[in-house]
Amino acid sequence: MALLQIDNMTHYFGGLRAVHNYSLTIVEGQIRGLIGPNGAGKTTVFNLITGMYKPTEGTIRFQGQDIVGRFPHDIAAMGIARTFQNMRLWRHLTVLEHIQLAHSANLGYGLAGAFFGIGKRQRREAEIKEHSLHLLEIMGVRRWADEVVINLPYGVQRRVEMARALATDPKLLLLDEPTAGMTPEELLDMVQVIRQLNQELGLAILLIEHRMKVVMDLCQIVQTLNFGEVIAEGTPEEIRNNPQVIEAYLGKEVIT
Amino acid sequence: MAIQETTLPASKGRARAVWDAIRRQLAGVPLLSWLLGAIVAAGTEHLIGYPLSRAVGMGTVPPIFGVTFILKAPAIIPGILFYALVVYLLPTLVVAKLSAGLANRVAAWLLRYPVWVSALVHLGVLYASMHLWGALNDYRVLVLRLLLIAVIVTLSLNVINGYMGEFSCSHPGFMALGAYGASVMTVLFFVNDDVFGPPLLPPALGPFLFPVALIVGGLVASVGALLVAIPSFRTRGDYLAIISLAFTFIVKSLIENLEVVGGPRGFMNQPNWATLPAVFIVTILCVAIIHNFVTSTMGKALCAVRDDETAADAMTINTRRTKMTAFLFSAFWAGVGGGLLAHVLRYVNPGNFGILKLSEVLAMVYLGGLNSVVGSIVGAVGLQILMEALRPLEILRWIIIPVLLILVMIYRPTGLVAFTELDVKGIVSPKDKAVDEVQHGAAAD
Repeated sequence: MALLQIDNMTHYFGGLRAVHNYSLTIVEGQIRGLIGPNGAGKTTVFNLITGMYKPTEGTIRFQGQDIVGRFPHDIAAMGIARTFQNMRLWRHLTVLEHIQLAHSANLGYGLAGAFFGIGKRQRREAEIKEHSLHLLEIMGVRRWADEVVINLPYGVQRRVEMARALATDPKLLLLDEPTAGMTPEELLDMVQVIRQLNQELGLAILLIEHRMKVVMDLCQIVQTLNFGEVIAEGTPEEIRNNPQVIEAYLGKEVIT
Repeated sequence: MAIQETTLPASKGRARAVWDAIRRQLAGVPLLSWLLGAIVAAGTEHLIGYPLSRAVGMGTVPPIFGVTFILKAPAIIPGILFYALVVYLLPTLVVAKLSAGLANRVAAWLLRYPVWVSALVHLGVLYASMHLWGALNDYRVLVLRLLLIAVIVTLSLNVINGYMGEFSCSHPGFMALGAYGASVMTVLFFVNDDVFGPPLLPPALGPFLFPVALIVGGLVASVGALLVAIPSFRTRGDYLAIISLAFTFIVKSLIENLEVVGGPRGFMNQPNWATLPAVFIVTILCVAIIHNFVTSTMGKALCAVRDDETAADAMTINTRRTKMTAFLFSAFWAGVGGGLLAHVLRYVNPGNFGILKLSEVLAMVYLGGLNSVVGSIVGAVGLQILMEALRPLEILRWIIIPVLLILVMIYRPTGLVAFTELDVKGIVSPKDKAVDEVQHGAAAD
């Protein structure tokens, strides 16, 4: 059974058609790429999947359940985690607090625990902290655990954001330009990390990426969007040689 | 090191040396010793306060460390300083220094038990010193109670304006709801009143049911908060500020037009149950519960909502429920504070809960520091004492306090002690290790 199944999804911003007739099937353990020129609607697709926007038409099913119209935090709790193009970290909080907060869906204690510190709170907070440190260890950023996140280097912030997404215990990870603004060395590290997440944790990954090298390295199937419509879908090799894709990126050659 | 010292101006170097010497002397003194010193200082005042205050020209023991005299009679400032030195400063310093060794051992022993045991012991000693100090002068007891209530209200507003990062102006409204809710409850059940008739329950039960009345006041305020929250949480920023400000005025006019609680004339006859120990206990509960809440992962979700709501939602935080919980929680404590205030003053008047109250509470929050329990305590205590000191200026103090606030905003935009968590363990632990650190630090300089 497909992990994520999107059929004929269309979304309008007022009169602007941002996504048109978009379909996608992701099976477990797959890495898929989503490319396209700026403004093609890639991030809008992410926002539609994660419930930030509600599609005008079409269905989205995750593990067989219809998720259209659910709250973003419910969808996240079901197992779809995402990262953001501009990271959206919480600027006043420490690295460890970021990861702990992503456990909000199963804190395991209620208001009485929060107010009076009774019941399962101490135990659960200790467990969450341990799990959070473990995730930081996996992402290789544990030594920054108590730093406030805005003081950290860019590459570390990216990893923190990914650790935060992992803490929601996802089955599908949506990565929105994870290598944006990275140096070549950081980029190689990130490719390694993504591959590791896929192979060791068995996560399915949907990747928005501009750098073809990353897409070629990682993805099994790539979709190309232009003006909200899928213009090509296939293996990275096929996509690279597809004339429509080249046209979308570089423009049409005018023969005089 | 030698080179550095010669390059410093001589006077600066000497002042620095004196300061370092004082720090070295006092670094090993734990909080427990300071509190013991405060008790001894209060005792000293009982012994020699009256004759000494007459001798330096104050006529009576200074109500609040002499700050009220500074503007009324500037000529006796040297006398006040002498009084403060002999009665407060010297006994405190001497006792603190002498008892440091013993107190360190006691503090270390107490830490073998859970932290709250040690915290309770410290609070007990703190209360004893406050009680002794207050016993000399009724005005002191009043100011202490107002101060503790200010701490409750400021802390609860910090939950919304600091931790949650919204700008809410509805606190006076919540306080009014709490004040009237609790007052109606106590007067209806326990007091023979002209409007509400004879007491429904034996008044002897009253003091035991006073907490229930306060909780009812808090719940009334929470219901009010629900009315603000439903429309305003669809928006952010300025809109919440405007809606909540409107709410404050609605509550005020509502009460002004409710003849059954006295309308604009106010409502009196509240029983005298909000004594210093009662207010102290409620304040400690409030600080403890709010501290518990904001340090839990559930409470920290507020900061996540403030810093980036979209990300919070994407990371499984139920943002709407989080905001609603915090808003009702904050309103509850504002209501409890209002209920206490009504029973301290034993008279409430809708005019008490207007724009002036709002600016007072906001000033306390922003002066003390956003996102910090310590900051709210510092802000509330500092500003309340300042307001008592400036009382002779009457309405003019509302020029000085805003100017002060502007200065704080320019030089420390988030307030004096912002983004600092209350470190209970650090506060109550023994300080004999600190001596080495200071000496080490001085040597490193």
